[in-house]
Formats: sequence, C-alpha cells, structure tokens
Amino acid sequence: MQLTRRAFLKSTGAAGTGALFGFLGLDLRPSVAYAARARPSRLTTHTTICPYCGVGCGAIVQVDDDGRIWNMEGDPDHPINEGSLCSKGASLHQLHDNARRLQKVRYRKPGADRWEELSWDQAIKMIAERFKKTRDETWMESENGHTVNRTNGVACLGGASLDTEECYLLVKAMRACGLVWIEHQARI
Amino acid sequence: MTNHWIDMTNADVVMICGSNAVENHPIAARWIRKAKEEHGAVVLSCDPRYTRTTSFSDHYCKLRSGTDIAFVGGMINYALRNDRVNHEYVRHYTNATFIINPGFDFDLGLFAGYDADRRAYDKAKWAYELDENGVPKRDMTMEHPRCVFQLLKRHFERYDVETVCSVTGAQQEEYNKICDVYTSTWSPDRVGTWLYAMGTTQHTHGTQNIRSYVILQLLLGNIGMAGGGVNALRGESNVQGSTDMALLFHILPGYLKAPEAPVQSLQAYLEKYTPKSNDPMSANWWQNYPKYTVSLLKAFWGEHATKDNDFAYNYLGKRSGNLSYISMFEAMYNGDIKGLFCFGQNPAVGGPNSNKEREALAKLDWLVAVDIFESDTSVFWKRPGVDPSQINTEVFLLPAVASMEKEGSVVNSGRWAQWRYKAAEAPGDAISDAAIITKLVKELKAAYEQGGKFPDPIVKLTWDYGVDEHDEPEIHRVAAEVNGYYTDGPNKGKQIVSFTKLADDGSTCSGNWLYCGSYVQREDGKGREIEEQGKHLTTIQRDGATLQTINRMARRMREVDRPDLIPAGRCRGLNLDWSWCWPVNRRIIYNRASVDLNGQPWNPKQFVIRWNPELKDGAGGWEGDVPDGGWAPGTRHPFIMRPEGLACLFATALADGPFPEHYEPLESPIDNLLSPQQNNPAIKIWEPDKIGDRGEYPIVATTYRVCEHWQAGNMTRNTPWLVELMPNVFVEMSPDLAQSKGVDTGDWVRVTTKRGQLRARVLVTRRFEPFFIGGKLVHQIGIPWHWGYNGLATGDSANLLTPHVGDANTMIPEFKAFLCQVEKSEREEVTA
Repeated sequence: MQLTRRAFLKSTGAAGTGALFGFLGLDLRPSVAYAARARPSRLTTHTTICPYCGVGCGAIVQVDDDGRIWNMEGDPDHPINEGSLCSKGASLHQLHDNARRLQKVRYRKPGADRWEELSWDQAIKMIAERFKKTRDETWMESENGHTVNRTNGVACLGGASLDTEECYLLVKAMRACGLVWIEHQARI
Repeated sequence: MTNHWIDMTNADVVMICGSNAVENHPIAARWIRKAKEEHGAVVLSCDPRYTRTTSFSDHYCKLRSGTDIAFVGGMINYALRNDRVNHEYVRHYTNATFIINPGFDFDLGLFAGYDADRRAYDKAKWAYELDENGVPKRDMTMEHPRCVFQLLKRHFERYDVETVCSVTGAQQEEYNKICDVYTSTWSPDRVGTWLYAMGTTQHTHGTQNIRSYVILQLLLGNIGMAGGGVNALRGESNVQGSTDMALLFHILPGYLKAPEAPVQSLQAYLEKYTPKSNDPMSANWWQNYPKYTVSLLKAFWGEHATKDNDFAYNYLGKRSGNLSYISMFEAMYNGDIKGLFCFGQNPAVGGPNSNKEREALAKLDWLVAVDIFESDTSVFWKRPGVDPSQINTEVFLLPAVASMEKEGSVVNSGRWAQWRYKAAEAPGDAISDAAIITKLVKELKAAYEQGGKFPDPIVKLTWDYGVDEHDEPEIHRVAAEVNGYYTDGPNKGKQIVSFTKLADDGSTCSGNWLYCGSYVQREDGKGREIEEQGKHLTTIQRDGATLQTINRMARRMREVDRPDLIPAGRCRGLNLDWSWCWPVNRRIIYNRASVDLNGQPWNPKQFVIRWNPELKDGAGGWEGDVPDGGWAPGTRHPFIMRPEGLACLFATALADGPFPEHYEPLESPIDNLLSPQQNNPAIKIWEPDKIGDRGEYPIVATTYRVCEHWQAGNMTRNTPWLVELMPNVFVEMSPDLAQSKGVDTGDWVRVTTKRGQLRARVLVTRRFEPFFIGGKLVHQIGIPWHWGYNGLATGDSANLLTPHVGDANTMIPEFKAFLCQVEKSEREEVTA
C-alpha cells in the first residue's frame, strides 16, 4: 500500500511548521525526528478497537515493515463509528509514538528519591521473592474454625484497560495464589 | 447495556440522565442524532448542569446532584396516576402480581426489618407469599392490597410534583414536560431508552437509582424492546470484559460467587448459590450453576480437578467480609495489606479521598505498577509535599504495551467482544500484560515447587498456552480456553459450541461460561461466518492436534452489506455477524419480553424476535435476534436469569430496600424532605469525623469528565494533542456564585471539603444555576477529575475532595455529590 495522503502531509508538514514556530520556544525535536524518518516503500493496514471509552469504535492502523505507525484513523467499515472518531480516538497514534512511553523496567529502593533500571529477569525474580514472602507471612489457614487458605496481605488492582484474555489470565493467577483482595475500575 | 449502541437509533424517546453521553461517548451520540433526524425521536436531558448532551436535547430539566430517586420516583408516580402503563406487559412479565408477606411495611423512611445496630435489614420481612407448591402467589387483577402493584402505587404516591421539585430543585413546568414526554412510551408502538453512566452509580444510593429507572421502564414496557432497555454507558474499552472476568472481590468469572469462609465444600457451595424454582414456567437459568462452576475449576486446574477432590474447590481462598475498593484502601491505610499489584489503574488520582489513598500506598512494603506511562500512583513517593526518604515502599514499574501493540479482544458496552490485532512494535523492553502475568506465574511455580504455604494451587495451575521464548502466550489459545472445550468423552479436545453443552461431571472446561460460543469448531459455524473469508477463520493447537476454528470475536460482516438476510420488519443494527456478543450472540437481552404471549412483537414495525409458525417445516420457530431461549411463546417467563422468571418491580435481595426511596447524599445541604431518615440507612460510615457540616461547607459539588481526557488521565495527560486541547483542571460555577465569591473566569480558587483542598482556575458559566431546595437557595459547582501531579499536564485531583463512602449494595464511592466551600485564592503550585 502507498503512503496515505494524511501521513504524507504529516511527515512533510512537520518540518515546515518547525521553521515557522521555532522562535516560540516549542520543542520541535520530536516532529523533526518524525519528519526525518525514511519514507517507507509500503504500509500494512491492520484493524483495531479504540482503547478509551466503552463505545468500541474501530480504527485502522497503518504501519511500515519495522512496526512503526504512519497513520491511524477511524475505520470506515466499522458499523458503530463508520469512520468517525472523537478527539481521544483521533490522537491514538500518540500513545505509540510518544517519547514518554516506558521502555525499561524501573525500580525504586525504599527511601530512594529516584528510579533505577532493571532487566526483566531481575525484576520478576525480585517481585516473586517479595510476593512469596508477603503471601506466606500473611497466610491464613483457618478463621473461626473454617478452612480459608488465603492471603490477607496482598492485593491486586486494575484490569479494565487489559484485553479480556489478559483479565482472565490475571484472575486465574491471582485466585490460584489465594488472593481475595481483587478489585478494579468497575468498582469505582 | 441490555441493548447496544446502534440500537439507540430505534428509540422514539431517548432519556439521558446520569450521563453526559455527547461529551464522554461522543461517537455513540451519532446514533441518537440519527434517531432525531430520521424519525423525529425526542431527546431528554436531566442533569445538574447544562451539558454538551443538554445542548443536543429537545427538553432539559435540571436536578440537584444526588436526587435521582426523588426525580424518577415522581415519574413513576406520574405514570401510575395517569395510567401510562403497559398493563399486559406488567401483568405477565413483572412481579407486579406477586403477594408480599403481611409483615412488609414502610414507615418514616424505613422498610420493615431494619436493625439500627447492624445498619442492615432482615430481608425475610420482604419475602413473597408462597402457595402450597412453593410458587409465589399471584393476583392477576393486581388489586390485592399486598400485591406488588398496589404496594408500588402506595410507595410512590408521596412523590408528587411539588415535593419532587422541592427536593430536586427542578422547575415544575420543565419537570412535567419530561414526565409527559417520557411516559408517552407506555404505548406498545412507542419505545424509550434510558441511558446512564457514573452520574447514576456514584452515590450512596446508586443501585437504587438504577432500580428506579428499571421500575419505570418496566411499567412502560420498554425492556427487551428495540430502542429500549436500561443502558449503562460504560467508560472503559474493556470494563465490561474485566467485569465478566471477575476482577472483583465478590465474584469468579461469569458472575459465579467467590466462595465465603463458611462454605467449606463444593456441595455446600453449589447448594447455596444454585437458585431453585418450583414454577414450571420459570426457566431459572442459574439452575445450571454447578455446570459453570465445575467447568471453571477444570479450566483452572485441569487434570488436578477431579470428582474426588471436589474439582479443587478447596484451592480457592475463602473470603470474609466486604473486600471492595474502599475497604481495600482502608486495610492498606491500616497496614494490613503489604503488597499491591496495580495493572493499568491509577488510584492516586481515581480513588476517593486521594490524600488518604496516597498515604495508604506509603504503608505498603512493595508496589508493582504496570503501565504504558509513568503513572501518578507509581511515583506517589516523590509527589509534591512529601519526603521520599520517609517512604519505605519498594516500587517496581513495569512497561506494558499499548492496545495496537498486542492481540486480543475487548468487550464494549453493548457486550460486543471485538478482536484487535498487533499492528505496531512496542518501544524498548515493553511487553504485554499477558506476558508479564506469565513471567510471574512461571517464577512462582518454580518457587513453590521448592515449598511454601499451600503450594498446590500454584504448582498445579494449568498454563498451557504455547508460551514462546519471550513468555508471550498464544492469545488465541487463551481465548479458546475461555470459550471452553471437552476434556473427556468422544469430543475430547474439541471446542464447545454453547454453554448448554457444559457439564458438572468434569468432562468440560470453560474459563467463563458466558463466553461459550465465542471461539468454536469450524464445523459448528453457519451462514456468513463460513461462507465468507476473513481473519476470523483460525487454527489452534491442542495436545498435538490442529483444530480448524472460528474466532467469532474477529468477524467483520456488517448487516448493511446483506440486507437480504434480514427478515422484513426486524429492528435495525443487530449486526449478528459482526464480532460476537455474550450471551450466545444475543444482541438485546430479555428479548422474550419484546413479544406478547403469542410470540408476536409489541412493536411489529421494528421487532427484535418474532415467532414464525411456518419455520422448521411448520413446527414454528423464532426469527430475528437470538431469543432468550428457544421455547415456544407463552411457555416460559421471559426474564430467564431470575428464579421468578419475571422482572422485579419489587426486589427482595438488595441491602437497602425492595423499592427505591429517596435519601440525601452523605453530605447534603438540606434535611430530607421525604422522611426523617436523612441518609441511606444501610451504608457503612467509614469516617464519621470526615463528614462536612453544611454550615461550614454550604455548596454542593460534583465531579465529571471532559471529552479530551480519560479517567485518571495517565494516557491522555501524556498525549500531546490532548494536553494542548485541555491543559488544565478548572472549577465550573454560576455567575451568581462567582459574583458572591468575587471571582471571574481565569481567577484561582481554593475548594475545600472535610477531606482536603484543591486549587484551580474558575470557569464562570450559566451551565450551572443555583437551585431552590425546600425554599432555600443552594449553589452547586463541578470539577473534572482527570488531573494529578505527574505527566505532561498536571493539576490538583478533584478526588482530594471526595469522601470515602460507598453505595449500600456495590460500595461504589459517592463521587457525585458532596459539600464544599469555595474561596478566592492566589495562584499556587500543585501541593498534593
């Protein structure tokens, strides 16, 4: 597929805008870097569903071979939104193309005033150690003569921004670990 | 939602009360506009503030925050007094005819059976009177003095127009107009839809707010109908899916109950929670509870869940007491909870009484936050005004991927499960939540194989998802397990096509019975899903075999492309071949209530289902939507999930009464004008010393959202375009209040409550007007709640002001009505 008109305008227009508004003190580095990306020879289109509200609007995502997004817009074939999107939906590509995205595992020691970086292996090992210690220390086998086998000391929060399959994996894992403090956005 | 987004276009009257749909669900509002433009539907907006939704409406009536029951109670009274009731519907499809025990009573704001010490009711006082067969007694004339219809009339006759307007601050003329237009949908060929959101639920009487809508909709015969229903406009892309999957303390996937401490065996559990009905007309669908429970346990523990070990029922922890969100933060604050996983949620901004919740986080030994941006919650230890050296919580912040960087499904508010694909590569080390959970499970399995407390449920947990070298599971295999498959018998290994095939003997597994039918064998497919090519046609691996399957959630066949497949007169928009909808792809639930006892639609111009005697070679069959059960018309009651089989005008299971009754919010500017009972008598008061006095805090406050931001803001406050559109928190107030406080638009004010304070700029607007409540002038302000101390756009959180108190049934916090004071302030930086 050819580069879309909208992505083309964005990639060429950004540099020009930079020259015009640079004196205003705006940080133009992201747009300049964006414009400097080599124009891809082809784009692949995928369909997706907006991650914001519960309407479930469709969007299309156009990416190059390196998995970078060049365009996102409303899916004209989607029966609910028929191509339209709200302001949040229209900005979806900025969730992906965003210098503020977390790229590394971060860790903050007790009392520290800054983050450190960890590898996944280090982090998961440390988390599992802490989880096991807390779970086992706060384990309750029985209560008022009833076998309860649960941890009162660990809680799990969140899930409405996860995919359904991920929610299932999360509840399966947490219930298996004996958690009873399980809550998420639906309660508030 | 009982119905779905496109269905709004089928309505004759659209009531939007407790929602600002045009602001918060703007694309769905297209369908409301189509209803106006295409067939002259009338749109009603009832809200404390003149919102974007109001500007879209034909009639507006204001009401003070927290007075929905008085407002709708008056509409119920109006319908009953003017006989705007669909009598056939009410008689045959609701419990209006049921006789209630003689012990039932209502006096001085309390129902029979109240125990002030426990702040709870003895609900036995509200029970149905039963006949010798154990079936509820009915009076089909609905004239018995103790029948529900007469009790309903008596209960709501106190809600006359004068009283309602005095309580709510509504103008009588506007209020009467709303009553007249909305109740016009009592006639079978007119239908009204009721749309609500958090403006309804976030109150100490939120559940009863919804009950009042339900009662009115039932009297008018609007439930089950195209263009009708009671529709919660859900605010997150997958809050429906996450709720179905039971990331809540009180349930297991598919709305099964999370076991409680005294329920020690599987047999005791199934006996306690499987409802019984002696009425042969009641389908009593939950009688299948044992099949769904055993199939879930099989999905969790596979071959380790056997008949001999109660299918591993004892592997589930047994809960005691209320463990809901507010309770969780109270326990954290008290130091009882030591470790917290936080997946994509931002309680430092989104929870009530934020100061307390932020302090609670500091009591943790460790916090694991999973997000795509650095959230306010993850940096609570360096928020303004605190000394990090005094906070000893270890914090892990794990980088997750965004929605277009992974594959899986999300369920919209209309219960449509829609599949999306991995389009882009995630930045840096970010991985999916599925992979994060898998890494953790792998590590814990290894750790507990070495020993630890009660290791079996972890060690024996099935996790057979073809996990790759990066710990990423094949998400299709997860979806297939959620659907369920045969674990024994001649079909072993094959996908199950419907929850009617689930068994309680261990021969089937299903991670969520409601999702049975979402991911099925190719040979069980039919129609367009096998005739047309698409990415919904999939293959999955199981035990070395390759299965040809259909991922129905990925179907993309619109009905507008094949109008020839739709029976003439069927309602618009069902889209039965687009995505998949629980249960069993039924797009409008309770649709057996959309037809009369002969199976003929109340509204033939746009039927949902219809009995066609010519189908199935003259045996007869249903056409249209997937019916709520295939039984012939008139042979089963329509509300199949209720043991009664009928919809409940009178509800015997709620904590705070069988009928809705108006109580003031916990903090209110006036005494309750309807009874001496000031607040909901069944709520838990967590912090009696944090309730503001109306003398000190005379102004009503509410919170809400704006289109450009989303929830606690961690995604949108890090999105440059959206920050540019809506950079700052603000306080909306009327010109009258602004003048009395000596402020104008752009000035800074300090808003204080008994819990905390917020500083923000003022937006002076006529969208707020003062109310006359019980003859007294009452001001109300409003604050959008998206902001926090971290991210690209920062500002004070409105939840610094809100109270730690929740609804009597659900414990949803009362974000929407509390008392505050406002004063002019100099500009200051965000403090906390």
